[in-house]
Amino acid sequence: MTAPRPSRILIYGTLGLFALYYLMPLFVMVTNSLKPLAEITGGNMVALPQEWTLAPWLSAWSTAQIGVDPSGLRPYFWNSIKMVVPAVAISTLLGALNGYVLTKWRFRYDTLLFGLMLFSCFIPFQIVLIPMARLLGLTGLAGTTGGLALVHIVYGVGFTTLYYRNYYSAFPTELVRAAQIDGAGFWQIFWRVMLPSSGPITVVSVIWQFTNIWNDFLFGASFGDIDSQPMTVALNNLVQSSTGVKEYNVHFAGAIMAALPTMLVYVVAGRYFVRGLMAGSVKG
Amino acid sequence: MKANKTIKRAVALAMACAATSATADVEVLHWWTSGGEAAALNVLKQDLESKGIGWLDMPVAGGGGEQAMTVLRARVTAGNAPTAVQMLGFDILDWAEQGALANLNDLAAQEGWDEVVPAALQQFAKHDGQWISAPVNVHTTNWVWANKAVLDSVGVSEPKNWNEFVAALEKVKASGKIALAHGGQAWQDATIFDGVALSAGGPAWYKRAIVQLDPAALGGSEMLETFKRMEVLRGYVDENFSGRDWNLASAMVINGEAAFQIMGDWAKGEFLNAGKTPGSDFLCFRVPGSGGSVSFNSDQFAMFKVTGQAAEEQVVMASAVMSPKFQSAFNVVKGSVPARTDVPDTDFDDCGKKGMRELAAAASSGNMVGSMAHGHANPAAVKNAMYDVITAHFNGEYDAATAVQEIVTAVEVAR
Amino acid sequence: MMTRARLQELLPKLVLSPSVALVAVCVYGFIIFTFYLSLTDSRILPSFGWVGMENYVKLFKLSHWRTAVTNLVVFAFLYIAICMAMGLMLAIFLDQRIRGEGVLRPIYLYPMALSFIVTGTAWKWIMDPGIGIEHTMHAWGFVDFEFKWIKDRDYAIYTVVIAAVWQSSGFVMAMFLAGLRGIDGEIMRAAQIDGASAFSMYRRVILPQLRPAMLSAVVILSHLAIKSYDLVIALTGGGPGRATELPATFMYSYTFTRNQMGIGAASATIMLATVAAIMVPYLYSELREKKQ
Repeated sequence: MTAPRPSRILIYGTLGLFALYYLMPLFVMVTNSLKPLAEITGGNMVALPQEWTLAPWLSAWSTAQIGVDPSGLRPYFWNSIKMVVPAVAISTLLGALNGYVLTKWRFRYDTLLFGLMLFSCFIPFQIVLIPMARLLGLTGLAGTTGGLALVHIVYGVGFTTLYYRNYYSAFPTELVRAAQIDGAGFWQIFWRVMLPSSGPITVVSVIWQFTNIWNDFLFGASFGDIDSQPMTVALNNLVQSSTGVKEYNVHFAGAIMAALPTMLVYVVAGRYFVRGLMAGSVKG
Repeated sequence: MKANKTIKRAVALAMACAATSATADVEVLHWWTSGGEAAALNVLKQDLESKGIGWLDMPVAGGGGEQAMTVLRARVTAGNAPTAVQMLGFDILDWAEQGALANLNDLAAQEGWDEVVPAALQQFAKHDGQWISAPVNVHTTNWVWANKAVLDSVGVSEPKNWNEFVAALEKVKASGKIALAHGGQAWQDATIFDGVALSAGGPAWYKRAIVQLDPAALGGSEMLETFKRMEVLRGYVDENFSGRDWNLASAMVINGEAAFQIMGDWAKGEFLNAGKTPGSDFLCFRVPGSGGSVSFNSDQFAMFKVTGQAAEEQVVMASAVMSPKFQSAFNVVKGSVPARTDVPDTDFDDCGKKGMRELAAAASSGNMVGSMAHGHANPAAVKNAMYDVITAHFNGEYDAATAVQEIVTAVEVAR
Repeated sequence: MMTRARLQELLPKLVLSPSVALVAVCVYGFIIFTFYLSLTDSRILPSFGWVGMENYVKLFKLSHWRTAVTNLVVFAFLYIAICMAMGLMLAIFLDQRIRGEGVLRPIYLYPMALSFIVTGTAWKWIMDPGIGIEHTMHAWGFVDFEFKWIKDRDYAIYTVVIAAVWQSSGFVMAMFLAGLRGIDGEIMRAAQIDGASAFSMYRRVILPQLRPAMLSAVVILSHLAIKSYDLVIALTGGGPGRATELPATFMYSYTFTRNQMGIGAASATIMLATVAAIMVPYLYSELREKKQ
C-alpha cells in the first residue's frame, strides 16, 4: 500500500527521528572512543573529539590490562567463539527437533510439555548459579568450555523450541503424511523434508542464540576458567574497576569491538532475519 | 576434559617460564584489572615465576569485588576452588567460618607477622588465632582531596576542624564553584559517612556503634550529629551528583570545577595520572575532625584449602605477598599503604608518607577502625542495611532524626 | 526385542527427552531447590537449617523489596507496552515501500546486539543533565529545556524504560514487520474492494493476523523485563538511593553480596510465582486456541 504524499513526509520524518534515537548511544560511544581521555574527563562527553586518536582502539584490542597480563581483548575472542559455536549449533538443532516432534508427531500432553519448556525462558539466571555450579562440579564439567556451552544450551532450548514449533506448525502436515506413505521414517522426514525448508527460521534462531550467548556475562564469569573465559568477562574486567583509573575511551572502544560480531550478524543477516521471522515465528 | 585442562595449564606455564621446571602453580582470583593495579600485581607474578611457580590469572572485576565473590561461590560449590583469592574483611572471616581456608600459621610464625601487622588488621587475617590470609595493603577511607588553586583563589587554607571545613565549603560555594565533588552511589555516600561518623562521634563511639552494633550507641546523639553533618555536606554537592562515577568526581576537583572530594586513598591515582603533584597542586588531609583516627580497608590474599595445611606454592605466594619489597612496590602504585608497619617510606610520595605515618600512629593509639563503607566494620548484611539508610537519607528521603531510627531498625533486622 | 514399528512410535519421544530432561532438572529441579533454600537459614553458601517462613516475613518487611516490586510493575508495563506500540508503528511505516529500508532496519535492530555493560554508560551520560542532552540543548540556546529524570527519585525508573525500549523495540519491529509481510495479499485486496479504510483495515484485518507475532513478542519482552539486571546496574546502579531497584537486582544483591541467600531465594520464589500467575493463563489461552 502506498499512502498519499503529505503522510509520506510524516512517515519519513518519524522513521528518521527514530533512527536518531537508536543511533544516539552509538554516536556517544564511537566519538568517545576516538578521544584522548583528558577530553572526556574534561567534560566534553557528548561533543565531537577535538583531537582524533585511534590509540584507545589499539589499546583495547591488544595492550589493555585485562588481568595481570596486558593482553587486550584479543585472546578472549577465540574463547568466545569456541563456546558460542557449539552452543548455538546444538541448541538450534535441539530446537528444530523439538519443534518437529511437537508439531508433526503429536502425543498426549505435548502442548503441556511445550508450555513447560516455554516457561523455562523466564527463570532468572541468578537463582540457577549455585545449583548449576554443583551440577557441573559433579559431572566434572566445571570450568570447561563444554560445561559453559551446556549451560547455554539448557537455557536457550526454550527459545529455539518456541521458534521452530511456531514455524513448523505452519508447515503443511500433508507433506509429512505423504512422505510417511512413501515409506520415509522419522529421521528421513526431518532431514529431507523439514530441514531443507527451515532456512529462514534457522537464521532467526541462530541470530537470537548467538546474540544472547555472546553477550552473556554471568555464566561466563561463574563457570568459565582461565582457558575458557569469554569476551564479555574480559570486557567487564576492562571496564569495571572500582578503585583504579577509568579509561572511558578504551572502554567504549572495547565495547564496540566486543559487539562487532553480533552487530555484523545483524547487519548482514538482517534482511534474512526479517524474512525468517516472516516465514516462521509469526505465522500461527 | 580434565587432562586436557592440565595440559593447557602446563603449556601456559612452560611458556611463562621456559627456564624453570615448575612443579606447582597458583590460580589467583582477583579484581585488580585496571592499568596501574594490574601492573602492580604483575610484580608478584614475576616474583613467583622466578621461584618456579606459575601464575594462572583469573581476573573478575566488578562492584568492588562483589562479582569475584559470586564467582568464588560458584567455583567452591563446583569443587573447583582457586588456590588464592583476593578478599576483603568480613568475606575472609565468613569463608574461614566455612572451614574453606588454609592455615598459614607456620609461615606467619617463621616470618613474625604478629609483630609487623597492626592488631586492627589482624582481626581480618586471623580466625580462631590461626593466620588465614596475607594482607597486601591498607586503604584508608577518611581522606579529603582538595584543589589547591581553588582554595587559594577563595582564600581558604586546609581546614583543621569541622566548622572550618563548613566555612571553607561555604566560601567556595559563594564563589560559584562546586564546593564538594561527589558521586551519588550508595558506596560513595557510605564512604563519606565513614569520615563524618569519625569526626562527629570519634573512634570510641564509632567502634561501639558501627563495629559492635550496640543499639544504644547506634541510636545515640552522635549518630544524630553524623546524619546532620551528612545533611550539611549534601548542601554543598552540585545537583547532578547522583549516579556519578567517583573518578569523574575526582576529575572535577582536578579540573578546578570543584574544591573538595571525600574519597579513599585510591583517588590519589587519578590526581597523579593527571600530572598533579601533592602539596603544590592538590592537598590530602583527613576529614576535618577525624584527625588521629583512620578508617581502613585492606585487600588480602586468602588461600583455599587444597589439603588441610597450605600447600607449598601457597606458602611461597603468601611469603612473597608479605615481603617488604613487594609491599612497597605494590602500594606505591596502588595509592594505598603497606599492610606491615616496618616498610620504609622512601619510595612513597608526600600523601603516601603522610598516610603511612598516620596509620602507624592510629594503629598504636588504637584509633584504627574498620571502614563500614568497605566491609571492614560489620558483616555484609549489616553493611548493606546501613547503606540503605545512609543513601536514602542522603537523597532526601527522610531527615536526620528518622535516619537514626531507621538505622537502628535496619541493623536489627539484618543481624 | 523391540519391533521397528514400536521404535518408530517411541522415537519422537526419545528425541524430545534430552531437552525435557535438561529442562526438568536445570529449570524445575532448580526452582524446587530455590524454594527449599528459601525455607532455610542459608547465608554465604546453601545450608539446611530449617527456619520455615521466616525469610518471607523478613522479605515483606523490607521497604526496598516493595520498591523493587512496584518498580517492576511500572517498568514491565511501560516497557512492554511502548515496545509493542513503537515496534508496530515502525513496522507499519517501514512497510509503506520505504526507500532506504535496508539502511533503517539494521539501525533499528543493532541495539539488541550490544551488551549493556558499556551501553549503560553511554545512556547514563546522555541523560545526565550536566553533560548530556540538557547540556547540549542549553548550548544550542534552548535554555528552558529540562531533562533531569535520572537524578530524580520519582522519575529515574522511566529513564530505565527509555534505555530498555531502545534496546529491544527494534527487535519487536522486526517481528511485526515480518508478520505484516507474511499476510496474504489476497485478504488485503478483498478488504480494499469492500471499501475498508486504511485504519479499519489495519485494525480489523491485519492486527488479528499478527497475534502469533504478538505472542512471541510478549514472551520475549516479558522475559527481558524480568531479567533486567545489567541495565539497571549500568544505568543507575539502583539509585538515586534505592529508587530504581528491580527484583532481579534485589535478588542478586541479597543472594550474593549481602550474604542472605535465604532471603534472596525467598524473593526469587515470589518472583517466579508471580510470573507463573501471569504467564501461565496467557500461554494457556494462546496455546489452546492454536490447537483448534
